Amino acid sequence: MAEMNIVQAINNALELEMKNDESVVVLGEDVGVDGGVFRVTDGLIDKFGEERVIDSPLAEAGIVGTSVGMAINGLKPVAEMQFSGFIYPAMQEVISHAARIRNRTRGVLTCPLVVRLPYGGGIRALEHHSESMEAMFGHIQGIKTVVASNPYNAKGLLIAAIRDPDPVLYMEPKRMYRAMKQDIPDEAYTVPIGETNVVKQGDDITLVSWGAQMEVAQEAIESLGNVSVELIDVQTIYPLDYKPIVESVKKTGKCVILHEAARNFGPAGEIIALLNEHAFTSLEAPIKRVTGYNVPFPLALSENYYLPSAYRVAKAIKEVINY
Amino acid sequence: MPKTVKHKFEIEHLQILDEDGNVDEKLEPKIADEDLKKIYETMVVSRVFDQKAVKMQRQGKLATFAPSTGEEAAMVASTFALRKQDWMVPSYRESPCFITRGVPLEAIYIYMKGSEEGSRGEPDAHNMPVSVPVGSQPLHAVGLGYAAKLRKKDEAALVFFGDGATSEGETLEAMNFSGAWKTPTIFLCRNNGWAISVPTTKQTAAESFAQKAIAFGIKGIQVDGNDVLAVYAATKEAIERGSKGKGATLIEAITYRMGMHTTADDPKKYRKEEEVEPWKEKDPIERFEKYLRKKKLLDDNYKEKVWAEAEEKVAAAAKKSEEFKAGHISEIFKYTFAEMPYIIKEQMDYAQKTWEEENNG
Ligand SMILES: Cc1ncc(C[n+]2csc(CCOP(=O)(O)OP(=O)(O)O)c2C)c(N)n1
Ligand SMILES: [Mg+2]
Repeated sequence: MAEMNIVQAINNALELEMKNDESVVVLGEDVGVDGGVFRVTDGLIDKFGEERVIDSPLAEAGIVGTSVGMAINGLKPVAEMQFSGFIYPAMQEVISHAARIRNRTRGVLTCPLVVRLPYGGGIRALEHHSESMEAMFGHIQGIKTVVASNPYNAKGLLIAAIRDPDPVLYMEPKRMYRAMKQDIPDEAYTVPIGETNVVKQGDDITLVSWGAQMEVAQEAIESLGNVSVELIDVQTIYPLDYKPIVESVKKTGKCVILHEAARNFGPAGEIIALLNEHAFTSLEAPIKRVTGYNVPFPLALSENYYLPSAYRVAKAIKEVINY
Repeated sequence: MPKTVKHKFEIEHLQILDEDGNVDEKLEPKIADEDLKKIYETMVVSRVFDQKAVKMQRQGKLATFAPSTGEEAAMVASTFALRKQDWMVPSYRESPCFITRGVPLEAIYIYMKGSEEGSRGEPDAHNMPVSVPVGSQPLHAVGLGYAAKLRKKDEAALVFFGDGATSEGETLEAMNFSGAWKTPTIFLCRNNGWAISVPTTKQTAAESFAQKAIAFGIKGIQVDGNDVLAVYAATKEAIERGSKGKGATLIEAITYRMGMHTTADDPKKYRKEEEVEPWKEKDPIERFEKYLRKKKLLDDNYKEKVWAEAEEKVAAAAKKSEEFKAGHISEIFKYTFAEMPYIIKEQMDYAQKTWEEENNG
């Protein structure tokens, strides 16, 4: 066991998998000598050399496109997008190839790559450095999307992603990179992709979230005092493991969903639809969602206007309970 | 059949003013004395503005800032060559270009402090706003030029990007489009040696960035990017070429990023101070001073006055930006569409109500 923050946990996962499997390579902008702009890949180039830890030219389509070729030909690339907001030039490669190679060749060729994506707001960054695009990623057929929320699942989900036979988009809550520490097992372990995690049992209401918003969720729960909230960390956006959410709502009869991504066509809409299909008769109140807004993510001075707050979450919980 | 040589290409390098302030009189561009002084004054304001910005960021008064110290000649002299109707298309490091175009200093600070208010600009100023995604804006410059041509307007577009940006597909697409469409586009590649921690040798196997022009059938030239006269002359010529319908130009300006990539970066991690040292000798402002002194346009008095006035202007702008506060919460909703759809209006009403309750409640 060692105490680690999220940056250290991801670094540790990469190191263990690179030791464990020679086919694992890391590539991206500034991931080598600089150790990544957030230091997530720090030290890897010294341990594994510049053929396996590649400071690539500055081109996202290039990074993911070459990763597709590498993955098809026996490597396991872990590509870094410096910020998730810079993945757009690479979406062609993600959507048109990584997501479809297996289907196109009826399983003869596969594309086991990972794209790491520091995402989310709250770090006073420049434009395009703060978005949460999991709804867009979750809607790509043939892509798995996971979101870490703490050091433990950051390490376990990344190892699972690297070992997964399919392409995985791995979202990192950069605002939380150094905000919390946990005791992490020294050895490699996985947090399975496609498993929702019930973090805290409760009877009165179900609160569903993921990523950096898990912290806001905890804060809201504390502010509520003696309301018994069941807290669920989705962890995998797709393929969504909705059954634990359904089971929970069958027990509590009430639900609030919290995400930083914009509201309309956001992931909460899908979760509500699934609850409608599988837990309708258990619902005692309309489900509420607390989200970001359908506007361009604001620059630093106004970002708190956009980000969900514990106050907004607690208010929604009270409204659902008092329905 | 023997192999034959189909084409041969050369890439010229242009320097007019050397490091000691000696000028090649045959190549010296004709610039009015007033304008030479204006270029100098703008470079000085840019330098003072830049150093103040880094300090302000450290004090929490700006969010993130990309400094331009050392690159003033490449930015100011090229922008200065533009005519009023031409377009300035920046990336994220070009504060000096905004300053050259007369954008108020406080607006730039306010943007860097984290408000879109700082990047409103003026409708007819023909300055594009900051573009953060690397390599995304050169295509806009081509489109701006194409639109001007179609609308029978004589407007060129000067687009800035870095050495790293030449690796992005869109940058290369832009050069190709400009060649195919013969647009009045000037691509100014600031080769400052680094893309964050990545040296140019890892970006490309080509000997120069200028030679990339050859593949797209546009003119390519390399200039000493710390030489005001070379940058000015090459840009002026490129504007004329575009304006006469003779197509686009790629100018590779060799310069150096003296500071950190942005205030979030620590260059000690990837480059040695020894590498930076020789570039201090090549400082573009000092070199231009030597030239002005020889031309009797600059003496100690004038120099002192220029720096003192720059300090004053920058301090006043910094103060204004410090007083600037975030707008009302409704501001983040207002500019999403020309007309606000009710589905967003509902979000705005909720946002306003909960924000009030939470913060003033
Ligand atoms: C599409 C995209 N990818 C990555 C980044 C992060 N980033 C910002 S600047 C930069 C390096 C740019 O280097 P260069 O083009 O040489 O310009 P310079 O910063 O040296 O002026 C990187 C990787 C970005 N802003 N946009
Ligand atoms: Mg550069």
